[in-house]
Amino acid sequence: MAPEIILLVFPLMLAVLSWVIPSNRFRSYLLPLGGVVHLSLSLHGFIYPAATPLTPYLGLDAPARLVLPGVSLLFFLCSIYAVGYLKEHSQRSNRGFCSSMLAFLSMMSLVAYARHLGLMWVAIEATTLTTAPLIYFNYNPKSIEATWKYLLICSVGIALALLGTFFLAYATMGQETETSLFMSDLLKNAPHLSKPWLHAAFILLLVGYGTKMGLAPMHTWKPDAYGEASGLVGALLAGGLTQCAFLAIFRIYWICKAAGEGLYAGRFLILMGLVSMAMAAVFIIHQRDFKRMLAYSSVEHMGILSLGLGLGGISTYGSLLHLMNNGLTKGLLFLAAGNITHAYGGKTLENVRGAIRRLPLSGTLFLLGFIAITGSPPFGPFISEFLILNGAFHRGYLWVGGLYLLFLLVVFMGMGSTVLGVVQGKSMKSTGGNSPSYRESLWTGIPLVFLILLILLLGLYIPNTLNTRIMEAAHCLEQTYD
Amino acid sequence: MQTYLNTFLALVLLLNLLALGTSRLPTVIRLVTLQGGLIGLLPLLIHSPWRPESVVLAIATLLTKGILIPSILIKALREVQIRREIEPLIGILPSMLLGALGTGLALLFASLLPLIPGQANSLLVPASLATVLTGCIFLTSRMKAVSQVVGYLILENGIFIFGLLMLEAMPFMVEMGLLLDLVVCIFVSGIILNHIKDTFDSLDTRLLTALKEDTSWPQK
Amino acid sequence: MVQILIHILLLVIIPPLFLGIINKTKACFAGRKGMPVLQPYYDLAKLFRKKSVISRTTGWVFQAGPVVTVSCLLFAGLMIPFYRINPSLSFYGDLILFAYLLGLARFFTTAAALETGSSFEGMGSAREVTFACLAEPGMFLGFLALARLTGTLSLSGILTGVSLGAGTLLAPVLLVAAGLFIILLAENCRIPVDDPNTHLELTMIHEVMVLDHSGPMLGLIQYGAALKYFILGSVLVDILLPDSNQFFLIELGLFLGAMGLLSIMTGIVESVMARLPMRRVPNLLVAACLLCGVGFLLIGR
Repeated sequence: MAPEIILLVFPLMLAVLSWVIPSNRFRSYLLPLGGVVHLSLSLHGFIYPAATPLTPYLGLDAPARLVLPGVSLLFFLCSIYAVGYLKEHSQRSNRGFCSSMLAFLSMMSLVAYARHLGLMWVAIEATTLTTAPLIYFNYNPKSIEATWKYLLICSVGIALALLGTFFLAYATMGQETETSLFMSDLLKNAPHLSKPWLHAAFILLLVGYGTKMGLAPMHTWKPDAYGEASGLVGALLAGGLTQCAFLAIFRIYWICKAAGEGLYAGRFLILMGLVSMAMAAVFIIHQRDFKRMLAYSSVEHMGILSLGLGLGGISTYGSLLHLMNNGLTKGLLFLAAGNITHAYGGKTLENVRGAIRRLPLSGTLFLLGFIAITGSPPFGPFISEFLILNGAFHRGYLWVGGLYLLFLLVVFMGMGSTVLGVVQGKSMKSTGGNSPSYRESLWTGIPLVFLILLILLLGLYIPNTLNTRIMEAAHCLEQTYD
Repeated sequence: MQTYLNTFLALVLLLNLLALGTSRLPTVIRLVTLQGGLIGLLPLLIHSPWRPESVVLAIATLLTKGILIPSILIKALREVQIRREIEPLIGILPSMLLGALGTGLALLFASLLPLIPGQANSLLVPASLATVLTGCIFLTSRMKAVSQVVGYLILENGIFIFGLLMLEAMPFMVEMGLLLDLVVCIFVSGIILNHIKDTFDSLDTRLLTALKEDTSWPQK
Repeated sequence: MVQILIHILLLVIIPPLFLGIINKTKACFAGRKGMPVLQPYYDLAKLFRKKSVISRTTGWVFQAGPVVTVSCLLFAGLMIPFYRINPSLSFYGDLILFAYLLGLARFFTTAAALETGSSFEGMGSAREVTFACLAEPGMFLGFLALARLTGTLSLSGILTGVSLGAGTLLAPVLLVAAGLFIILLAENCRIPVDDPNTHLELTMIHEVMVLDHSGPMLGLIQYGAALKYFILGSVLVDILLPDSNQFFLIELGLFLGAMGLLSIMTGIVESVMARLPMRRVPNLLVAACLLCGVGFLLIGR
């Protein structure tokens, strides 16, 4: 059996298995098992890419080859964390949680593997449905509210994306070529696509998948969902799912580029990027809830990704690198935030102070994560954010570059005051937290250390293979098809 | 065939406006059921000699949109025993006007897009866009969770109509995937509806406002 | 010449029959035997034999009211073809005259009601006029849509030109017909807008305006109501009946049958629906306008 098939099917099988087995304790160990198998297979595919796609429907293209290992790595570290997390919550059945998480992994891989836009749409819709139970895991009114908003807004977004997919299919009709939604056919026939339909399709798809990615102004579910879900789920959503949604938008942009409409589409991406950054900057100031703050930071970074993609050139490279950096850093921040929330039983500045004394590891890493995500050297995001800025000035988008810097500055200040409020000061007595004497265990501590080391590594040295993969993905946008 | 197709689509437009103009939840659900049933028949009207996939699609759509989903919705309605009146954010009258405006815009927009010869007279594109817009109006203006699900259904109906344009070209799988997702989505929503009811004792999404920005800075 | 004669005879004689059919249908639905179908004629005959009692506070407007109303409606009726029976009167743009004749009729009914100085009748007039304000644009939009479809501006051209099964334009015609049906119900004070049987002051619209009329004047008003239903009903029937080139008598039968069906439908609507709360009525009328408007858009595209 081809490793790709195992990669897709194995997590699904584990999901079924975890639904079947009765033991609450044993079940959580299936998560790292799924994670490690998935990671090893996807790393293998990363280093030794398959020359030909598996089937017409399944196969990795250049950007997916980049996204899949990033998602896989994050999931693996989260799955280790999950074991510790579920131990803390052992009074509750984790059957749905484990199954959903494994199914979610499978569906994220399917997004990467899909070579057919319809299949990709189905996979993305499936990620929405599989993550809803994860957000709902806390079983309280607020988490219901968050789940409801998440489900409704994302379903609507994804429905619009389907309409966009249909529009795209319609754009291929009426030409001499055969109607098809396979990426390869679309790219090949791109110059012959009907332009008005392509434009409408791009906007609908950008809005649709942008909702899923969390671009402003369709981001409204994000603070609620990330704020109410546990840190673990937040890490998976902000680090993993957004990468998949970005991949979808990347592919659509790719088609537009191939059709010679890169300028049109790029302008929208830049606009959405700037709006997202501005929106995040406005809401991140005076944010007392540090998980919501992280959500707005996620909105900001989605904006940065979209901006980088729209600018083109060196910024595309930066954007793709930032995809990985952001995924890992968001993972770190959310996991650390999860530990802090658990120890204090709250997630606002009223409840949480002096985290660095109460939880030295998580508190320190939360602070370091903040320094990393706001683009300070020597961490990875600095490099990628700098590359995007470089591209903006290089291409003559002076205003865009200026605004970009301004928003980064505002976000830095806004986030800084909240994060410093959380980590500094005298440790408060936890106010009714569920475990006043909580300390990170090995399970919930090690993944964080790994994440910060990875982020540091990416800031100091980009491995050759990674560089090649990013170059390949960035180059595929510049290719011309005849 | 074209005539009957357009007649059906005009009925779909009519149902859009009626749904926007109704304030009773059971009636709205009935209207959407009817719309789903009409839409289920559309695949049979597109090709005059029926082809197997259009027949299967029609049956599947009729079963899901016409029977399964409405029964889930009505069951949810009965279980939660909500007040039947909708209290819209935008009143009934303005939302109807908006719906008509949306229909006009859809017609305008469809006339701007180049259609494949042979489909130029068809109402498929404008009807689809108008239905999508109606769904959006529903989703944004109605407060009851059930109404929002209904709005989502109308939105999906609109997309389904557009999908019919490509019945030949699109692989069958995608169409089935659409239906499947729809069912699962409503199913999940149904579960959530019950939980909202259990927790809040109402199905009014206005009660779901605990999560919002509170930017007052804590006093030191 | 013969056609004109038949047209006028139909217009004058047949209208009360359909009110009888509506009442019979409602009786059937309620499980009653109901009054005979010809009862409206007996009522009219009885009323015309009586003497009018006229309030001393009223002036000439009160007495002119029913007369002007009926004559306006008869005049309007002359312009409507009854399926393939051409109207006696037809000219370019007569649809505007038609609409305003209906308006004039309404004006005199309400003026006569105001003339009595009764606060109840004033209230009824206010309601009647308010709803008419909303129904009128709907009717105009509907006629406009049909005029655009047929390319003429005379009622006979429009109504004989439109028929079901006319190619791809079936869809908008259906929308317009649905809108016109609602307007038909509203204009004739039928459920769900008004209840012709109610005598509860708080909810009455049309009935409250005619409380002070009696004898032949009341007879004229009832005859006018039948006439209005017949005229507007035949507009709808003209639109909905398919094109045909049959023998004259068959066409006549078709028309009468369709009118009968329409009356039965009205009766069914009245039996199965409750009347709307007063504040909801505008919604319904706006819906009718929108239906006609969307029909217009569909034709104009």
